[in-house]
Amino acid sequence: MSDFVSEFWNLYVVVISLVSIIGCGIFLKFQSVHKGSTDTTGHVWDETLAEYNNPLPAWWKWMFYITIVFALAYLALYPGLGKFQGVLGWSSVGQYKDEVKKADATYGPIYDKYLKMDLKAVAADKEANEMGKRLFLTYCSQCHGSDARGSKGFPNLADADWQWGGDADTVKTTILEGRNGVMPPHAQLGDETIKDLANFVRSLSGLPHDAALAAKGKEAFGTVGCSGCHGPEATGTAALGAPNLTDKVWLYGSSEATITETIKNGRNNRMPAWKDFLGEGKVHILAAYVLSLSGAEKK
Amino acid sequence: MSETQSTYNYKVVRQFAIMTVVWGIVGMLVGVIIAAQLVWPELNFGPWLTYGRLRPLHTNAVIFAFGGSALFATSYWVVQRTCHTRLFADGLAAFTFWGWQVVILLAAVSLPLGITTGKEYAELEWPIDILITLVWVAYALVFFGTIIKRKVSHIYVANWFYGGMILAVALLHLVNSAEVPVSLLKSYSAYAGVQDAMIQWWYGHNAVGFFLTAGFLGMMYYFVPKQAERPVYSYRLSVVHFWALIFTYMWAGPHHLHYTALPDWTQSIGMLFSLILLAPSWGGMINGIMTLSGAWHKLRDDPVLKFLITSLSFYGMSTFEGPMMSVKSVNALSHYTDWTVGHVHAGALGWVAMVSVGSLYYLIPRLFGTKQMYSVKLVTVHFWIATIGVVLYIASMWIAGVMQGLMWRAFNPDGTLTYSFVEAVKGSYPFWTIRLVGGVLFLAGMLIMFYNVLKTIGQSQGADERILAPAAHHA
Repeated sequence: MSDFVSEFWNLYVVVISLVSIIGCGIFLKFQSVHKGSTDTTGHVWDETLAEYNNPLPAWWKWMFYITIVFALAYLALYPGLGKFQGVLGWSSVGQYKDEVKKADATYGPIYDKYLKMDLKAVAADKEANEMGKRLFLTYCSQCHGSDARGSKGFPNLADADWQWGGDADTVKTTILEGRNGVMPPHAQLGDETIKDLANFVRSLSGLPHDAALAAKGKEAFGTVGCSGCHGPEATGTAALGAPNLTDKVWLYGSSEATITETIKNGRNNRMPAWKDFLGEGKVHILAAYVLSLSGAEKK
Repeated sequence: MSETQSTYNYKVVRQFAIMTVVWGIVGMLVGVIIAAQLVWPELNFGPWLTYGRLRPLHTNAVIFAFGGSALFATSYWVVQRTCHTRLFADGLAAFTFWGWQVVILLAAVSLPLGITTGKEYAELEWPIDILITLVWVAYALVFFGTIIKRKVSHIYVANWFYGGMILAVALLHLVNSAEVPVSLLKSYSAYAGVQDAMIQWWYGHNAVGFFLTAGFLGMMYYFVPKQAERPVYSYRLSVVHFWALIFTYMWAGPHHLHYTALPDWTQSIGMLFSLILLAPSWGGMINGIMTLSGAWHKLRDDPVLKFLITSLSFYGMSTFEGPMMSVKSVNALSHYTDWTVGHVHAGALGWVAMVSVGSLYYLIPRLFGTKQMYSVKLVTVHFWIATIGVVLYIASMWIAGVMQGLMWRAFNPDGTLTYSFVEAVKGSYPFWTIRLVGGVLFLAGMLIMFYNVLKTIGQSQGADERILAPAAHHA
């Protein structure tokens, strides 16, 4: 693909580049002719400033010429003169494609071997586990942390709690396809009801709460729509990514203020899809690694 | 002839000279703070004093406040003395001083507030850009006005470099800062995508090439032969390397964008002109250092000359390193690492700061009518502290940079990366600590200088000097 919209700009670049490089050489040659003595030029400024008329140092001149010759040779071999690709036919895209092809040929079989194995077997494989750890540290640790314990808004992957489901295939799908977790905002319920709901939600996890408000909240939970996603018992719905509210795991925090904020303003969260970027082979090993961290499969 | 017309305008030179020291301390102090933030991230006090906002404050303060004041001070001195005439238009010269100080203060306020265009070394928003333009036009009028009314027929070589710098920086600033304002404090670049990146680095590299190289070569061409009391080594060499330098620098910008969306041909051209730039750059170093031939013994006990000649050595080193780093396969290792930071500081501390400091130690006694600095011994102390500081800084960044580059590209037999990014960060901590020590030393040297300058001014019997008649010569 050419970067030039017309032949004119191609020629423009070629001519200006060549004239400029060769021009440097001609200028140097022209200026190398030494005239007169090496004594001072005869001009004096500010009492004492004068200049000797020494010739150009030969080593310096030759260094200058060599860089010019190198530049011309490079332009014959590599892209540089407009759309001329150079006789070697090199391009940065071509180099990238070659390296990816070579990498696929070298490493492909390693990943193919594990891809054929069941995830549980991969999770138990020591070598695959090491690979998974390295992949995790490169691609996942930025959000989930080097220890996979997450932080506010980023789930802990080392516990036994799963927002989207913890069976092997679901974990792999989460990595492959990504997830979009949406808690809709409920400001329309009014501050009073939201406070009731927050107290109710805290009561579910055994946190300190106002019993009277929690009782009102329990009623509202069933009528204003919470149970639609979180379930009538508030134990969550993995298929929707709606968290279990009765456990002690909190993605955004468990204080009344934080829960109020979550209900009022909602939450929007995203796990990116890795299928196209990493390919299924690497995701397979990552899924096995994540499963081995949580120990969920052992239950 | 009136009394003022028969003397040089030293007032504006004094003002800029003192502010060079002040802004040097401020800019380097911010540098020390952000170096400390890399070692102790707890030192980020947000949002105004976080690394992301202080870093552009540091670069703007050292380049434009410190470096800029040094250029104004020395160019105003040099152009009067070598043209044998008083500076053109005292009022305009005063405007350049106060205007430039306002630009610096506006930068010091707006950058911590997060008001930025996001273009490196051109972060200041459009109203400040307009003020910069006005000051710069006034600077050009004062400088070239003085050249026009000179009393000698030939223009001294230092003035070619200062003049080239003034013209090129005007062009760079106008083109790169073209932006569309949306409010008083926000604008968007007139360019988009890869064109914006290319314009930005055409500007960025030539800011180095003209502001920090050509301008300071002008300084070198006056103060080295003056302090060494020797003629410049070669007039011929100065002609060739001046034209070659200003011509080839303009092409080198694309080496900042190797292995990006910039087309391959543009990357190649940028790399090749960067290599061709080696000889023109070294021309200045040779001319400066060879000026000392026959007077090498002066280096032994003259700390001012030590500053000047050491600055040329760092200049030669960083202008060799630069072309090497522009070679694509070297750049593949060095790009985005601390090696680049080390390279920049070899130039900024080793060359720009040291040649400025040496020149100021020459200027200050003459500006304030004293025989020499209050303490020559403290100048020597400053020299050694600064040199050790630069060496620690550069060496630690080389090691950190090469280590980072090697860690990022290392991979295992299964194709996975050997090190996660954070492991390279962890490995860099010892070197960042050494760098901090180097920076603190360099700053300490500037504080010693400040004390020495104040004491020298205290002894001042300052009177403006009468303009010298041009020497009679046979040409």
